[in-house]
Amino acid sequence: MIEIKNLSKSFTTADKQISALNNIDLTIQDGDIYGIIGMSGAGKSTLVRCINMLERPTEGSVIIDGQDIGTLKESQLRKVRRNIAMIFQGFNLLMQRSCLDNICFPLELAGVKKSEAKKKALELLNIVELPDKANAYPAQLSGGQQQRIAIARALATNPKVLLCDEATSALDPKTTHAILELIRDINKRLKITVIIITHQMSVVEDICNKVAILDEGKIVEEGDVSEIFANPRSDAAKRLVFPDGSNEVLLNDTDQRQLRVVFNGALAASEPIITQMAIDEHIAANILYASTKCLGDRVYGSMILGFENDDDIIARAIAYLNKNKNVITEEVNNNV
Amino acid sequence: MFDKILSPEAVSEALTIMVEEMPFGLWETFYVTVVSTIAAVIIGLPLGVLLVAGEKDGILPLPKAFMHILNVVINLLRSIPFLLLMIMVFPLARLIVGTSVGTTASIVPLVIAAFPFVARLIESSLREINPNIIEAAQSMGASPIQIIIKVMIPESVPSLISNITIAITTILGYTAMSGIIGGGGLGKIAINYGYYRYKYLVMIIAVIILIILVQLFQSIGTYLAVKLDKRIKH
Repeated sequence: MIEIKNLSKSFTTADKQISALNNIDLTIQDGDIYGIIGMSGAGKSTLVRCINMLERPTEGSVIIDGQDIGTLKESQLRKVRRNIAMIFQGFNLLMQRSCLDNICFPLELAGVKKSEAKKKALELLNIVELPDKANAYPAQLSGGQQQRIAIARALATNPKVLLCDEATSALDPKTTHAILELIRDINKRLKITVIIITHQMSVVEDICNKVAILDEGKIVEEGDVSEIFANPRSDAAKRLVFPDGSNEVLLNDTDQRQLRVVFNGALAASEPIITQMAIDEHIAANILYASTKCLGDRVYGSMILGFENDDDIIARAIAYLNKNKNVITEEVNNNV
Repeated sequence: MFDKILSPEAVSEALTIMVEEMPFGLWETFYVTVVSTIAAVIIGLPLGVLLVAGEKDGILPLPKAFMHILNVVINLLRSIPFLLLMIMVFPLARLIVGTSVGTTASIVPLVIAAFPFVARLIESSLREINPNIIEAAQSMGASPIQIIIKVMIPESVPSLISNITIAITTILGYTAMSGIIGGGGLGKIAINYGYYRYKYLVMIIAVIILIILVQLFQSIGTYLAVKLDKRIKH
């Protein structure tokens, strides 16, 4: 378990103090895939570097399995860092070493025998599905392959935690997905807690079970991914969940009445509720706006439906839609 | 003065001198250059590492005063003209090799002139390393010494070779100058015959051989730097 308690970090430049993180409190349970998301400049990278003390926090503490690692001496900290592996946006492989030697590198640092290190490295090359790249050099690999080697290197010392600092940001969507699959697999198979720093909501959506939203150095929202997707409360969360800007476009020059339907994990595939409403209640709805996302077999997000200007129709529509589990319907006026 | 330079007598005389003097002169130049470069690298490499690692934001921050002195000393040594430096270190040469004249004695000022230069070249090579790679090594629990030995130096090998090649060609130029204080080699032949005895053809031939030598060192250096760089897809 990783507990981040009341953590603050500020940098002093020539003329002023810049506060990068403010009173961060987070608890990450063993086995979590925990996403920390925020726009660039929100302080994500600083936060992740405080977890392994690459950046010393100005205040507060990071407690890993009961041990406050901020109080450790450099030499003790180096040992602890072998349990907290890290992968990066730029992969950061040693360019003059072969892939095999890159994976052996952390073992070499830890003083593991060469033959043992090599055996472990070959095993890891299989896990990341690049068994034939042992003697290749990083420059000969694609970005996705380099990140796989970096992951293998990170796993060499059997860490308990894997920190991913924008690990997929330099990759195309398909490769991103493959790398995330690999991380998910590692999380399950090797029981490694994963902390993912990203600015892409799709990454969180893809593999995280928990998420914290970081905005201007503060945690503005945190919790289960599904909850935050269904009902983003903070502005920062709304911006991330609905990246296309102001999410709901209401028509002003219409005499239609408008309802907002929020899907809070309704079963998506089995219940075509808008169509069903037309059949059952003979109410025709215009879909004026929709932004929904499917997580597993459940749907999250919201819709704006337009109806005839008739009190009876509106009342019946609201009643009908609200009968569905995990659907919340309310009338909205033009300036919502 | 140059009109009789290619007269049959001058050519045959030059050839005789060349055959007699050149093989040993070439050897001396080669020997002095290589020994001085090796010594300069042995002293300059750790200093170059200190210049980078010892900075405020480096991996092994050293006291500010120490870094300041190091920088000043290196700049000071680099700003003394080589000709004057040779004369100034006579006593030191006598102390180290027992004499202040001759080929071996000329190695002392060469090393003193070259090591600060080499330190700066190595500094610039080490600064080329992507700092994120060093951060990655730190995240894996590497100590400062491990980072220097296993990351900084190996990762900058191609650049180090390129820069040491620059150093070796510069030192080669200096060895010619050391002919003035009795240092052996091609420089001595050029000065003794060409300057003191007006045998210009000998001087020109010596210079041509020096040029070829520089080309040779440079070609080998460039070849190695490219060959050993694993970032290049061969």
